[in-house]
Amino acid sequence: MSAHTESYAPVFVGKRKDELAALLTRYPTKMAGLLPALWMVQQDRGWVSEQAMTEVASVLELTPAYVKGVVSFYTMYHQHPVGRHFIQVCTTSPCLCNGADKVVNAFLEHTGCKELGITSADGKYTVIEVECLGACGFSTPVQINADTIENVTPDKVPVILAGLK
Amino acid sequence: MGYPQKSHPRETPVLSKHFGEGESRSLDGWKKRGGYKALELALQMTPAQIVDIVKASGLRGRGGAGFPTGVKWSFMKPGDGKPHYLLCNADESEPGTFKDREIMRWTPHALVEGCAIGAYAIGAETSFIYIRGEFQEPIDRMEAALKEAYAANILGKNAMGTGKTINVYVHKGAGAYICGEETALMESLEGKRGNPRIKPPFPAVSGAFGQPTTINNVETLVAVPHILVNGAEWYKAMCLSNPKSTGTKLFSVCGNISKPGNYEIVLGFPFKDFLYDLCGGPTAGRRFKAIIPGGASVPIQTVEEAEATLMDYEGFVAQGTMLGSGGVIVFDDTQSIPRQVARLTRFFAHESCGQCTQCREGTSWTTRILDRIVAGNGTYEDLDTLLEMAENMTGKTICVLSDSCAAPVVSGLQKFRHEFEALITGKRSSMVAGGSQTTAAGRKLTAGASA
Repeated sequence: MSAHTESYAPVFVGKRKDELAALLTRYPTKMAGLLPALWMVQQDRGWVSEQAMTEVASVLELTPAYVKGVVSFYTMYHQHPVGRHFIQVCTTSPCLCNGADKVVNAFLEHTGCKELGITSADGKYTVIEVECLGACGFSTPVQINADTIENVTPDKVPVILAGLK
Repeated sequence: MGYPQKSHPRETPVLSKHFGEGESRSLDGWKKRGGYKALELALQMTPAQIVDIVKASGLRGRGGAGFPTGVKWSFMKPGDGKPHYLLCNADESEPGTFKDREIMRWTPHALVEGCAIGAYAIGAETSFIYIRGEFQEPIDRMEAALKEAYAANILGKNAMGTGKTINVYVHKGAGAYICGEETALMESLEGKRGNPRIKPPFPAVSGAFGQPTTINNVETLVAVPHILVNGAEWYKAMCLSNPKSTGTKLFSVCGNISKPGNYEIVLGFPFKDFLYDLCGGPTAGRRFKAIIPGGASVPIQTVEEAEATLMDYEGFVAQGTMLGSGGVIVFDDTQSIPRQVARLTRFFAHESCGQCTQCREGTSWTTRILDRIVAGNGTYEDLDTLLEMAENMTGKTICVLSDSCAAPVVSGLQKFRHEFEALITGKRSSMVAGGSQTTAAGRKLTAGASA
C-alpha cells in the first residue's frame, strides 16, 4: 500500500473537508460519497493518484484496494496525469456515419498528439475517442474538459484549439 | 418541438414546448409557464390518489422497457416504516438518444417537479437524479434549479409549506453506459462498481441502500406534472393507434438525416411521415438504407419495415424491433452495414461490466470477428460463428447488455447478409457508394484516461 508520502498534500482539508461532510448527509452510507469524493480529487488535482485513492479510502472508511477497484471501473477518472485540455471525440455510430473519424484525425494533427491517449509533448493536449456523448443530433460532439462543443467538423478544429486557454 | 429544428405543425409539444427558451430555466420563468402547480395539487392528494391517476393515464416508462409507471409506483408501500428512494435515471447513454439532455438543459424545473411528485407518491423523502458524468451542462442546470427550489421552500423539510419532507439531489456518474441499467445505477449510487444485480429482489423490495426503491427515466417523470394538471383522460386521449400506448413521446433523430433533432409526437404516429415529413428525409441525393429506431440496443429495420411502422410500443414490435429509448439512428446508402454493426458491437464490448462470461467474451469476440470481416479477411464460417455466439449472448446474462450487442448482429445478418458476404467475397465496392472505409474507431487506445 502506498502510504501518504511527504510530497502528498491531502485534498480533504479545510473547505473541501467541510464540503464532503455536508455532502455525506445526503446519503445513508459513507461509501455513497465515493464517486463525489473522487470527483473532488480530480477537480483539484487533475487526476486520481494512488495516494489520493488512499486518502479517500481513509476518509470514507474503505480500503485503498476497494477504492482503486471503483476508480478503474469508470472511464472518466484519470489514473494518469492528462493534458491540460482533455479532448474527447465521440465516434459512436451516429457520429461515425457523419465523419467523426475525420474530426479525430484533425485533432491529432493540430494538437501535435501523435497517438490517441498520448499527451502532447508540451503537456497541453490529450485526445481520445469516447463512446457516445449523448449528443447524437449534433454530430460530431467533442468534449474538452467539462465543456461540450456541438457540430464539430475538421475545418473548425484549429479555431476551437486557438480558443482554449 | 424538433429542437434544434423549428417546431413542426404535426408535432405535439408537451414536454418539449419550451426547448430553446432560456427563460424557462429559471424558477420565475418556469412558474410563468405553469410550473409547480402540479406539485401543489399533488401535495393536497394522498399518494394513492396520485398513483391511481398515473395508472389511469396509461403512462409507460420512457427509458426503454415501457413498464406502466403507475403500476410500478403501486409496488411501493408508503408507511411501511422503511426509508424509500426515488431514483431518476438521467444516465442517458444509449447511442442515438439525446432527449433527456435537452429536458434537463432547457426545463430543469420540470424534472425537479416530476421528482418531487414521484417521491411523494411512493412515500420517499429522498430522490436522487443520477446524471451521467459527461453531462456537465445538464448537471449545472439541474443544480441551479434545485438551489432555487430549496431557496423557495418548494423542496426541503417543509415542502411548499405542507410539513412534508422532499429532498432532491443530483448524483454525478463517472463514465459507464452500464450504469443506465437500473440495478447498476443503484450500485453506482452506493459508491460501487456499476455491476448489475441479479433480480429478484426487485428494486421495490430491496433497491438503493437495500431499501424499497423506484427508478424512473427523466422523460417519464416530466410527463407526470402534465397528467396531474390536465387529467388522466386528457393524457389517455393522446393516442393514434394502440390504446396501450398513450401520451406523447420524444424521439431523438440522428445519423444520415436532413433535420436531426428531438421531435415530440403522439404515440402511434406513422414512422414514414415522421422520417420524411418531420425530419426532412435523407440528405440531398441520398436514400435511406437502414434504421435503428430505439437506440443502439434494438434490432435494425429495413426501410420497408420502418415505413410500415406505427410509432408506439406495439407498432415497433410488429415491425421486428422495439421502441426502446426513442433514439432513431438513420443510415443512408453511403453506409456499410457491416462496418456500422462492428462499431455498435465495439461500443457494447467497451461498456460490458465483465461479470457474465457470455457478455465479457461474447461482445469482445463478436467485435473482433466483425472487424476482420470489415477488413476483408472474413470467412463464411465467421457468419455462422457470429450467429451462434449471438444466441449464447441472448437471455443468458444478469442484464441485457449482452442481448443488446447481439441485436444488431442478428438483425444485420438477417436483413443485410449480402453486404457481409460481399466483403467476404471481395465485392465491397458494389454496395457502398462513396463512404469512407477507414475507421478511426478501430484505433488502439494506449494510455491516458480510458478504462
